[in-house]
Amino acid sequence: MSAQAGTAELAGAVPTIPESSARSGRGPAPVRIVVAYGFWIFLLSDIILFSALFAAYAVLSAQTNGGPSGHELFELRHVALETLCLLFSSYACGLGILSIEHRRLRAFYISFALTFVLGATFLGLEITEFAGMLARGAGPSRSAFLSAFFSLVGLHGAHVSAGLLWLTFMVAQTAVKGPRDFVRRRLLCFSLFWHALDIIWVALLTLVYLMGTR
Amino acid sequence: MLGKLSWAAIPFNEPIAMGASIFIVVGMLGVLSLITVKGWWPYLWREWLTSVDHKRIGVMYVLLGLVLLLRGFTDAIMMRSQLAIAAGGAQGYLPPEHYDQIFSSHGTIMIFFMAMPFMVGLMNFVVPLQLGVRDVAFPVLNAVSFWLTASGALLVNVSLVVGEFARTGWLAYPPLSELQFSPGVGVDYYLWALQISGIGTLLAGINMVTTILKLRAPGMTYMRMPVFCWTALCSSMLIVAAFPVLTATFGMLLLDRYAGMHFFTNDGGGNFMMYINLIWIWGHPEVYILVLPAFGVYSEVIATFSGKALFGYRSMVMATLAICVLSFMVWLHHFFTMGAGANVNAVFGIMSMVIAIPTGVKLFNWLFTLHRGRIRFEVPVLWAIGFMVTFAIGGMTGVLQAVPPADFVLHNSLFLVAHFHNVIIGAVFFGAMAGYYYWFPKAFGFTLDRRLGAVSFWCWLIGFYLAFMPLYALGLLGMTRRMQHYADLRWQPYLIVAELGAVVILGGIIATIAQLVVSIRTREARRDLTGDPWNGRTLEWSTSSPPPAYNFAVLPQVDSLDAFWAMKQRGPTAAPERYEPIEVPRNSPNGFVTAFFAVITGFALIWHIWWMAILGLACALGTLLVFGWVERGEDEISGEQLAQAERARLRQMGST
Repeated sequence: MSAQAGTAELAGAVPTIPESSARSGRGPAPVRIVVAYGFWIFLLSDIILFSALFAAYAVLSAQTNGGPSGHELFELRHVALETLCLLFSSYACGLGILSIEHRRLRAFYISFALTFVLGATFLGLEITEFAGMLARGAGPSRSAFLSAFFSLVGLHGAHVSAGLLWLTFMVAQTAVKGPRDFVRRRLLCFSLFWHALDIIWVALLTLVYLMGTR
Repeated sequence: MLGKLSWAAIPFNEPIAMGASIFIVVGMLGVLSLITVKGWWPYLWREWLTSVDHKRIGVMYVLLGLVLLLRGFTDAIMMRSQLAIAAGGAQGYLPPEHYDQIFSSHGTIMIFFMAMPFMVGLMNFVVPLQLGVRDVAFPVLNAVSFWLTASGALLVNVSLVVGEFARTGWLAYPPLSELQFSPGVGVDYYLWALQISGIGTLLAGINMVTTILKLRAPGMTYMRMPVFCWTALCSSMLIVAAFPVLTATFGMLLLDRYAGMHFFTNDGGGNFMMYINLIWIWGHPEVYILVLPAFGVYSEVIATFSGKALFGYRSMVMATLAICVLSFMVWLHHFFTMGAGANVNAVFGIMSMVIAIPTGVKLFNWLFTLHRGRIRFEVPVLWAIGFMVTFAIGGMTGVLQAVPPADFVLHNSLFLVAHFHNVIIGAVFFGAMAGYYYWFPKAFGFTLDRRLGAVSFWCWLIGFYLAFMPLYALGLLGMTRRMQHYADLRWQPYLIVAELGAVVILGGIIATIAQLVVSIRTREARRDLTGDPWNGRTLEWSTSSPPPAYNFAVLPQVDSLDAFWAMKQRGPTAAPERYEPIEVPRNSPNGFVTAFFAVITGFALIWHIWWMAILGLACALGTLLVFGWVERGEDEISGEQLAQAERARLRQMGST
């Protein structure tokens, strides 16, 4: 019995800090770091999701099945405009995050309104492009190339739509609850998301549009 | 109004399927009414269904895995019985379309809903305790992950009653799984169930990676982390890197089936070999997602029960990381017969052999840990030694098939089936059972019955060899997989032995259930009041069993590997004079509610009930927004409460 009690005493005495090792280690990271880090990991997984569709597009891009090819369908002027909208939207988003960090709410609202308008314009342009292709009979079921094209570009568009919804939600939350810690954490995640969509768009622009019309 | 759904979806004309349906419905109703009659709902809702405690969620994951083990095993023994009798002109008792559903659901359930929840559950339960922290990085997200996995499992089982399951094998290769050849709802059940649970798994992986990399006790550097944490980290990184590919691949197949696209179809320029490439880019890492945590369990078990530090800790970590990277470079060995050419096949063949090297390093590390150890032959050690012998055989048959010319002969034969059961049962399942027995007292505060545990082990080990060694021989004799009946009577004796093996394994499963029942009944006699029943080495044993919601009253300070062992060596230290208050996250119904709407949406999409799908999605989105808006806050446990709880704990330990 007494031997066991000895073990129990040992086991019970764990959570104290021995002098010698009090210096080492920092322990768990603060919430802000943990949240942003986790969101980074999520973004990486999202990029992998896109990479699978990029791979599919690369495999299928020549399979036009007698239908139109990218060369006939893509209009680089239109795409350039889309790109400008999206990149400037990201710039505005960055300014918004800087403003909220300095508690300049008015600047924040203006920046985020601009982010929204530019993002929505991008989406509108994309929808116009899709509608034009559908009107020409070049829908996603026409050929494997168009299936891959609509899925890849459409997935990006779906991300932008989700981003706009999230943006609206976050602006409402900021307005009601003020720039509190958890609101700013979420705004930071949103901006990471919005910038990641830019990175994906740049890859998309290059691989789909520029290489497709070469 | 109801899409493709009608009364014809209920299998009235198929006695076996109908029997299974009735069994499932009656079973579910029985459980639900028992809970209602006993008035357990409030308790269940408060303590389990809305819990965001990583320990509770881990236990629920493992429970899900165990329940679906029964379902998956039922499929298995039905197949073995069919093949034991369907020789020569005989057709057996399962018609082909039913048999095809059974082998598809067996594979799907065993991998996605038995092995995955079991491993994710062990990681969930153990990792924060081993790291010396209070919870995972995102506790509410953790609950969402679990409930999404459970939703997928539910949908697979609904397919038994309403409609049918896929007849396309566990990976649903196109063009067979395209609408043209599988017009029914079976493939849709498969796809939506796995999409929903796949999202859950991905979120769990993200959560686990963040936890391990960002939340560790003070002083817990990377090279002081227990090996199980390392394997959990690598496994979770593989989840994050591989599951999005699965989601994308299934997404493309869904677009083919629902929107008439041409990713994998025969016509329109589609390429079905692309599906097979993509699915195995996920599928091979998946094998390591399952087996790495099992390797972690063996490392913990062997070190603890040998009374020694693990031999070659650094090489173990390096081997784990090497496997993690290499697992992405071998996918093509699943289809050498595609005809990619000699050079491509050679590269993938060599990579597949290379991956055996770090695995071999691990095996030798375990052997050297056992060498000259004071080994206690507790049940987990039995599983671990059984694993080492069995896995060595499975590994060698794997290396054999990594040689492309040999693979051309063995492709799609029962030799392959024997090989992957050899590694999945011999490594993953044995590891799951070792971990189950090892950490059960930590989760519930009492140990499992040892004798029945040993019975279960021996049944599984002997049953495994009886069931799968004949399959190697059958593969060499030319029997292919997924046959509903066969003409060659020389195969029958082997298949009868295999059936016998399945019956012996059934004995093992019954022993496991009996073990649980007996242990719960005699729990007072088998209480573990010390929190350290095995004389453990890592931090999970330093807190009480079961641990309090906050795990540790004060975060332990770590200054070496095997931190708890070092603390025991140093001798007792005085309790701190005062405790800092702790904030614990409040329960949240977020996970349960989201999963509820996920099931509605999934079911509606399977049956083309569009209004319901939109409603379900809108509600899921609404749930997200509402829970995003409302601030849950946290419960604070004050310093005095903590001091009181700690005093009570020490008293309890002293009383043994």
